[in-house]
Amino acid sequence: MAPPAHRRSGVNRKAQLGVFTGYLVAGFGALFGAALLTISLLRPETFSGLRTMASDAAAPIGAAGAAGRTGSQSFFDAIAGYYRAGSRNAELADEVRIARVRLAEAAATEQENARLKAVLGLVSGDPRPVAVARLIGSTSSSARRYGYISAGRNDGVRPGMPVTSPMGLVGRVLEAGADSSRVLLLTDSESMVPVRRATDNVVAFAEGRSDGSLRLRLINLGINPIKQGDVFVTSGAGGLFRPGTAVAIATEITRDGAIAQLLSNPAATDVVVVEPIWQPEAVEALRGSPPEPAAAPGA
Amino acid sequence: MEQLNPQSRRDPYGSRINRRESVLLAYGLPWATIMLGSLTPWLPVIAPAPVMPPFGFLLVLAWRLLRPGLLPPWAGLPLGLFDDLFSGQPLGSGVLLFSIALIVIELIDIRFPWRNFWLDWLTASCIVVPYLVLASLLSGAALTLVQLGVIAPQVVLTLVLFPLISRMVAVLDRFRLMRVRRID
Repeated sequence: MAPPAHRRSGVNRKAQLGVFTGYLVAGFGALFGAALLTISLLRPETFSGLRTMASDAAAPIGAAGAAGRTGSQSFFDAIAGYYRAGSRNAELADEVRIARVRLAEAAATEQENARLKAVLGLVSGDPRPVAVARLIGSTSSSARRYGYISAGRNDGVRPGMPVTSPMGLVGRVLEAGADSSRVLLLTDSESMVPVRRATDNVVAFAEGRSDGSLRLRLINLGINPIKQGDVFVTSGAGGLFRPGTAVAIATEITRDGAIAQLLSNPAATDVVVVEPIWQPEAVEALRGSPPEPAAAPGA
Repeated sequence: MEQLNPQSRRDPYGSRINRRESVLLAYGLPWATIMLGSLTPWLPVIAPAPVMPPFGFLLVLAWRLLRPGLLPPWAGLPLGLFDDLFSGQPLGSGVLLFSIALIVIELIDIRFPWRNFWLDWLTASCIVVPYLVLASLLSGAALTLVQLGVIAPQVVLTLVLFPLISRMVAVLDRFRLMRVRRID
């Protein structure tokens, strides 16, 4: 290709100045970007208004595509299914046998639970969901793991609310726009969820690893009691997530916990439910707590 | 003449008589396609890890390398800002990295005025790999070795995809210069 002519301004003073200004503005743009980046790294919420406005404008594109996503997925799953039909069948038959036993156990536990709750006078039942929405997109080329859902402030969605699917926890709302919201997925490296083992009270933190898995870190260090296949559910600590929502299954044991796979893989999730914050008072208290210790010595 | 050959007054860009290129199309199409590329987070792909190539950035590179001078050196500011609104990166990382990339290409242009496809691919590779690494470093996520390992498939996919993207941009470039406006 021929060398570009645009840089050869010759003796034309005006053209020379034009080229010079172009470089100047480009350099200025880079500096401006660095300044913006510093601000948004130090205070991530600064530009959330700008972002939610933009995502509200672009959300209809994503919503249109999301409807087709699960359709095409099940199509490919159906093809893949033919190749593994035999072994899968045997595996599933085994699983069903075990599951029947577990189901009976669960029914018993539920009955006992209801009885104990009645003794305590607690209100049972799941909280009413705030909104039902589609998962319409994710930041698939960035190192951060955000998702976008098709419900926003107009549907009652507020930042901090947990987002779940029938398979388990998906993440929590980070920024709510008018008709779309940005969700911090569990696999983001900034996401941290207090969890416990479904069968007993082994408590841990589930951190995102940004490669699709979670890292479970035990709170009580010592002998690692986690075994492969242990299911972890939210513990309710912190007040954000309702206890008992399934989160992950341990697949690989590490020194201080385990590597776990998500139970509700967002890639296979279409419709999600936005739930209210479980204990708003507790979350408020925790959020307000940092200034308090400073005031405490005087009190 | 037309009875002998109906194509005699046409070329690949359309009729040569009474038609001109549209200014809006000729200058707006690169910007429009790049912005469309920046909208990839709205594709119905919910990725558990960063797998998709940064289409917005790839299109900037492809347009800039195909048509030097079409994108002004300061184009990184608005295009990067638009990319940041959707990409999930902290606002400003796109502005910074797009601007630096365009300045670097200007410098490469001065060194190598005559370029071919292979040099373009090499240039794009030398820019896109640092872009992906820097973008993940600047993403504000906790830095671990896992993090850097995760972007390896993305880097490979991006490098392999660049020729395809630049081919697509070449087709778009032909469409950009179509004579669609009637002169009265």
